[in-house]
Amino acid sequence: MMRSIKQQPFRAAVLVLVWGWLLFLVLAPNILVVGASVMTRNPSTFISLPLNLDAYRQLFNPLYLDVFLHSLYMAALTTLICLLIGYPFAWALSRVEKRRQMLLIFLLIVPFWTNSLVRTYALKLILATNGLLNSALMSLGVIDEPAQLLYTEGAVIVGLVYLLLPFMILPLYSVFEDLRQDVLLASHDLGAGRFATFKNVVVPLTLPGVLAGVMLVLLPAMGLFFVPDILGGSRNLLVGNVIKNQFLDARNWPFGAAASIVLTLTMALLMFAHRLSKRRLGEEGA
Amino acid sequence: MRWLSRSYLTLVYLLLYVPIVVLVVFSFNDSRTGYNWGGLSLRWYDSLFNNHAMVQAMWNSLWLALTAATVSTIIGALTALALHRYRFRGKRVLNGMLFVVMMSPEIVLAISLLGLFLLLGLKLGYVSLLLAHVTFCLPFVVITVMARLSGFDERLPEAARDLGASDFTMTRTVLLPVIMPALMAGWLLGFTLSMDDVVVSTFVSGPSYEILPLRIYSMVRVGLKPEVNALGTLLLVFSLVMLMLSQRILSRSKQ
Amino acid sequence: MTKTLLSLSGISKQFDGKTVLDELSLTIDDGEFITLLGPSGCGKTTLLRMMAGFEHPDEGTVTLSGVDITQTPPEHRPLNTVFQNYALFPHMSVFDNVAYGLKMEKRPKAEIAERVEEALAMVQLEDFVRRKPHQLSGGQQQRVAIARAVVKRPKMLLLDEPLSALDYKLRRTMQVELKRLQRELGITFVFVTHDQEEALSMSDRIVVLKDGHIQQLGTPREVYERPANVFTARFVGQTNFFPGRVTKIEGERISVDVFGLTRDLNKPSFRVAMNQSLHVLLRPEDIRVLAPDDTDGVAGKIVERNYKGSTLDSVIELEDGSHVMASEFFDEDDPTFDYSIGERVRVSWVDGWEWLLAEEGDEPLTDEEELAADDAEH
Repeated sequence: MMRSIKQQPFRAAVLVLVWGWLLFLVLAPNILVVGASVMTRNPSTFISLPLNLDAYRQLFNPLYLDVFLHSLYMAALTTLICLLIGYPFAWALSRVEKRRQMLLIFLLIVPFWTNSLVRTYALKLILATNGLLNSALMSLGVIDEPAQLLYTEGAVIVGLVYLLLPFMILPLYSVFEDLRQDVLLASHDLGAGRFATFKNVVVPLTLPGVLAGVMLVLLPAMGLFFVPDILGGSRNLLVGNVIKNQFLDARNWPFGAAASIVLTLTMALLMFAHRLSKRRLGEEGA
Repeated sequence: MRWLSRSYLTLVYLLLYVPIVVLVVFSFNDSRTGYNWGGLSLRWYDSLFNNHAMVQAMWNSLWLALTAATVSTIIGALTALALHRYRFRGKRVLNGMLFVVMMSPEIVLAISLLGLFLLLGLKLGYVSLLLAHVTFCLPFVVITVMARLSGFDERLPEAARDLGASDFTMTRTVLLPVIMPALMAGWLLGFTLSMDDVVVSTFVSGPSYEILPLRIYSMVRVGLKPEVNALGTLLLVFSLVMLMLSQRILSRSKQ
Repeated sequence: MTKTLLSLSGISKQFDGKTVLDELSLTIDDGEFITLLGPSGCGKTTLLRMMAGFEHPDEGTVTLSGVDITQTPPEHRPLNTVFQNYALFPHMSVFDNVAYGLKMEKRPKAEIAERVEEALAMVQLEDFVRRKPHQLSGGQQQRVAIARAVVKRPKMLLLDEPLSALDYKLRRTMQVELKRLQRELGITFVFVTHDQEEALSMSDRIVVLKDGHIQQLGTPREVYERPANVFTARFVGQTNFFPGRVTKIEGERISVDVFGLTRDLNKPSFRVAMNQSLHVLLRPEDIRVLAPDDTDGVAGKIVERNYKGSTLDSVIELEDGSHVMASEFFDEDDPTFDYSIGERVRVSWVDGWEWLLAEEGDEPLTDEEELAADDAEH
């Protein structure tokens, strides 16, 4: 059913604009990254022929592999902590009476709208050697001298959890909102206790929210390079830091591109799992 | 049980907000060290506004956010309308692309755009920042508008067409008023996202156009700078006002 | 001899200071089909949830076969529920939904497979075992919900408005099926509904509830023909309320003046005094519409007529302005009989078909009750 451009000039103009923007600024650049990842490093033009897989091989260089694995470990730990805090939080939140819920949701969205750099910096105020937390602990007599809190792995993870927790909570809240009370009652009615109901009904039904939350937390937790920059010192780098260094400082584009493709593939994997889990529940894949 | 869940909620909110409160309180601290309380003072706000480069970066950021939000709102609204109303080939692909842009880590978007701009020989500055910011704001505007359109009576546009309105006239007279609140909310969100972005801007900005988040970034990487407390407080208040405006617009339009 | 299966005694329950059930007592016999009927907010669902164990009474006890189960959690009660919107587990297949309760009992695999198959056969869903709930129609989901509950062979099946989401025809089919199931399984059904027609056609006994109190407990026939009070009379079926006044008391007979007619009636079970006002109740199908020149009855004119297929329902306005509903069967001698609007007629009834109720300070129906009663008629 093709209609001519003359008949619907407005429709044609809209579609050209939208497609143009996305093809030019989303698809083309991404193809470029894939291309760059299989090319050769060149100090003056950034990339050049011949095509090769050196950049991917370099990913397995022990030096970088260590950084990657450490970053993955910190991101995974961040995600796990967010999940452990966020899951019961979202459940409790969905049980609060509706009027108060609006306010509480608002308070959760506020961080999403506020400058994450500023909030990371605020953590620095608290974690610094002579910062608030150390002062508080010393005046309580818990410790005698200031502990090294800043520039540690722990500080990076605290920073990431602090920035990303709302992104875990919001999708979880949304699945708990959809969780029907009578389905839980049905489970009890059929002889399941609290734990069996949780395991057999609550967990499978909230799984799409868990996966959406994991996706929204795990990926930024590998990419938010400013968090280690501000809180972590030089030993606790994220994949994001590696990518940034390769592109802006070392000028090794093929390697930076390969590293970013690792992130993209992780995302693709998570998105696939999310879709699958939703389809199991008979919902349309998002 | 209820008591437990209440106190748990309170505890997590406390943890989320303590750093923000500390920041705001310390922005009025007279002490130079930034750790000890030295009495109330507005000196950091004062020094902020006397810093010429800082004020320039602030204006640059505001202008960038204003234009990026406006452009992304226009394109986003048209995209949402097209997705909602037209049947066309590749609709699912378009939808999928928007979803991917929203979900993909900012840094992936950043390097791909950097590659594109350098390949095209585009000088990094206002234009490259604008293109990048519009791109990452776009999906959020589309989602906001789509949400509004999905709760909308399908028969209204048909009625308008039936009464003799052209496609364009119908869009202007029927659809636009309906999606107006979503447009405003989307614009506010785009504005805020643009004002706060660090990751993408780090890659696609050049020395010719310094913006606020990058200036803060360079300040906080080493040590503590009391001016940042003041600036952060201003940004927080600003974001809060934007968010409340947006919530107000959306909730009012629901009635 | 019937034996008591479940008994509730002195049950009270408040939600946020509002009394939902007020010192209510009820015993349910083994094997009966009992219906809790009432308008929304009457406490019928709360009562059912209390039997299931989802709610616990503030006061009173629930005993099952002589064992106090007031505080027993639902998972330890040998009763199962069919929920209003089915409450199927959306992530499980039909088989897994039905098998769930047996898995919780840790039954051997072979036994589970056999019993699930048996339960699904009973509701004619053998061919749908692998489907997910969202791939089933509303009626099929309903059957899964029933199979899931009966597969555990409960002592009692609790059904919370299970048919309210189905369309009219399907509802009629399911009513018949539920009756058949109950006969075959021989287990006690406790059925909650606001639909009085459903209640009348399915139940062995009906409990009419309002504001947390039992208004009447009896067989469908008792509830319909001998309503205990004005509320029950209004809620169950349609009723004409004629104002009557006692003019003579003589042994077991009394004379009552209705619209200027003097009728000789049996003395009711409640105490009557001379000149006392009372309600004379007549169901529309007990009204006889006579020709205008008849000597019997009260004069009036037709203001509304509705062809209902097997009956002709009409509303007659009497001279004092009150309205009378009549419902007459077509009879074979005169298949074309009909009224025209404005036609003059006389209204009467056969003595003995009326039912007498004392006045109850006679509060008029609140809007809510009126609505609920309307609801119940559809």
